[in-house]
Amino acid sequence: MIAETGLVLLWLAASLALLQLAMAIIGLRFDRADIISAVRPVAIVQGLLTALAMGALILLFARTDLSVLLVAENSNVAKPMLYKIAGAWGNHEGSMLLWVTILGLSGAGIALFERRLAERTLIATLGAQALISIGFFAFLLLSSNPFARIWPPPADGRGLNPLLQDPGLAFHPPTLYFGYVGLSVAFSFAVGALVMRDVTPAFARAMRPWALGAWLFLTLGITAGSYWAYYELGWGGWWFWDPVENASLMPWLAATALLHSVTVLATRDGLRAWTVMLAVVAFSMSMIGTFLVRSGVLTSVHAFAVDPERGSFLLALLALYIGGALALFALRIGSVRQGALFDPVSREAGLVLNNLLLSVILGVVLIGTLYPLVAQGMGVQLSVGKPFFDKTIGPVALILMVALAFGPLLRWRSDDPRALLRRMRAPVAAALFALGMLVPFARGISVLPLIGLILAAALAVASILPLWGRNLRRTPLFTWGMVIAHLGVAVAVAGMASESAFTRERLVALHIGQGVQVGPYRVGFAGVRPEVGDNWSGIGGVLTVSRGGETVTLIPQQRYFSDPVTTTNESAILTVADGQLYTVLGERNPDGRWQLRLWWKPLVTLIWLGGGMMALGGLLALIGRVGREWRTKRRRRRIEMGYLP
Amino acid sequence: MKRLALPLTLLAALPATAQTGDSDRYAYSQLRDPAQEAKARDLMEELRCLVCQGQSIADSDADMAADMRALVRERIAAGEKPDDIRRWLIERYGDYVTYDPPLGWATAPLWLAPFLLLGAGIWLATRSIRRRRR
Repeated sequence: MIAETGLVLLWLAASLALLQLAMAIIGLRFDRADIISAVRPVAIVQGLLTALAMGALILLFARTDLSVLLVAENSNVAKPMLYKIAGAWGNHEGSMLLWVTILGLSGAGIALFERRLAERTLIATLGAQALISIGFFAFLLLSSNPFARIWPPPADGRGLNPLLQDPGLAFHPPTLYFGYVGLSVAFSFAVGALVMRDVTPAFARAMRPWALGAWLFLTLGITAGSYWAYYELGWGGWWFWDPVENASLMPWLAATALLHSVTVLATRDGLRAWTVMLAVVAFSMSMIGTFLVRSGVLTSVHAFAVDPERGSFLLALLALYIGGALALFALRIGSVRQGALFDPVSREAGLVLNNLLLSVILGVVLIGTLYPLVAQGMGVQLSVGKPFFDKTIGPVALILMVALAFGPLLRWRSDDPRALLRRMRAPVAAALFALGMLVPFARGISVLPLIGLILAAALAVASILPLWGRNLRRTPLFTWGMVIAHLGVAVAVAGMASESAFTRERLVALHIGQGVQVGPYRVGFAGVRPEVGDNWSGIGGVLTVSRGGETVTLIPQQRYFSDPVTTTNESAILTVADGQLYTVLGERNPDGRWQLRLWWKPLVTLIWLGGGMMALGGLLALIGRVGREWRTKRRRRRIEMGYLP
Repeated sequence: MKRLALPLTLLAALPATAQTGDSDRYAYSQLRDPAQEAKARDLMEELRCLVCQGQSIADSDADMAADMRALVRERIAAGEKPDDIRRWLIERYGDYVTYDPPLGWATAPLWLAPFLLLGAGIWLATRSIRRRRR
């Protein structure tokens, strides 16, 4: 019954989305206030129904109802409860349902809480949202019904890929989806503003929380995904320039550009057309991201649930939405008036430079990711990976860091270049200091990490300068957010550069009792022992790890899963203040020695600490912005009611 | 089946020595000379594991990646230059084997793209700032 109820809920939600779209169009076209006023309630109910359908699917997975095809294919009785529930979205159909659920709920959220924007623009926005939802509903109902039954039900299900049975990964896809969908909301706002010719600071302020929220979730999702790949794939790499990683990086780059340009529009009424364009691009990137991940047109280490045939449906949706949006943009952009003016040396110009460089990086990632497909079309098989992206994006990213150091120290509208240079004294001193510290090692380091470390030092100092001489308790929360996020960039870059420059690697085969030196650590191999978990058995290598008198035991494992039959390497990582010792147990050689893979990675944790700081900065900025809006609104209402002078 | 056929023939094309105990050592252990190992490491990071889902041979558990690692280390140990080894591999397996696509007519747009994008971006930005300055 639950499955059928879920399907009915899904159909109902889809029809309401259709109704929502039709009402928005008719209401706006024929100026019918009665119809317009009914759009909000419809959006709310549509969101609720979709959420209930998702709830039904989660319930089916929690109860392991094997008569449902999706459950039988992706879950089994023995799986721990957390992964049963996460299994609901760890597959194609479920993840698409999750997409449309988040979309529906954000629509409901806008309908409930958004009061600043002109009513007609808001209704157009909800109409655009409904249009996006309809595409995904059609996709779910016509080609990937999550509630399909199977008869007879199998005795047990097929399980979830063991690589995915990891607490971090249970929440990784939803986090990214929140980001993708947040960008779709920003896109809907842009469409609403274009349709109603209402590209104003008020529109920018309504869109900003969504751009910021989407960015926050994408940052978290990417950071978590990178750490997962790092400890789970077992070779110490943390970013592979893999298509699926790029699929999440591209929307993040676009969102980063968008949340900076939307600030110019909200604060200074500049960059109108560009901001709208970026909203379109950001949403396109999240669609392309979803398409790349779900269709499997590009092979990837992360491709766990792919189906080339469904890819064509997604591709059609993608073409429809992006094509439509670009056409609307082309039609209406002439009517968007020129925004406010500014000097070449000003905060606005700094943000333009930020947007320019981010867009170049985005373009290179996009081209590099899709080029193998293009080449295949020309009959050439080739691969584009780390060396290409290092060479092309590395330098641009370093220039972006310089811009990032200067940007927040610039004044709006117009600034004096000499005063700016005076403000940059401390960061330059920090860079010189870092250079001095690095001279003894400089010979062994390649250029990119070396410059990265130096710029990270300068940026770390520059990013906290906006707080200089201010009353810290009166500094607005969103300024704190900016400072922490920018400092996070410096921290992450320092981690990346240090990992690439100073990592020590030892790949060895040891008899029990032997030992080896890795960086500052002495690793002794004390033997192997059997290990057992809920749904796996395995072997653990007992490593006694010592540094300066302190000894710790690490137990990297090989795990054998039976449903489906898979072996995974479970790395054991020792985290200390100045880095991580990363250990992996490999195969047993015929002569009885065990293979060990050992890395000492100084300061590598800074990569994810920096990512976390960026996300925290985003959160503070979001709370600060929304809080300020709320306080102004309350104050205005009090004045209107005569409580305040 | 067609998808499998290519990697399988490639696997068969690997030298038979890759199966012996001596090279097994190099698949999961390093060269003695750190300078040589660093060279080998750099090369392995840019070579694609042909049977994997988008991983370099430096971070793959696949047998073929192990064989290729052994091959790279053996040849570096024998004094071959990384460029020569890369060329040898590309001759055998095609451009697909390297993540650093060699510049040619098919890859010219790829390598030019960053410059074109940067140029177009700078042109757009300066134009709009000058216009705004007026």
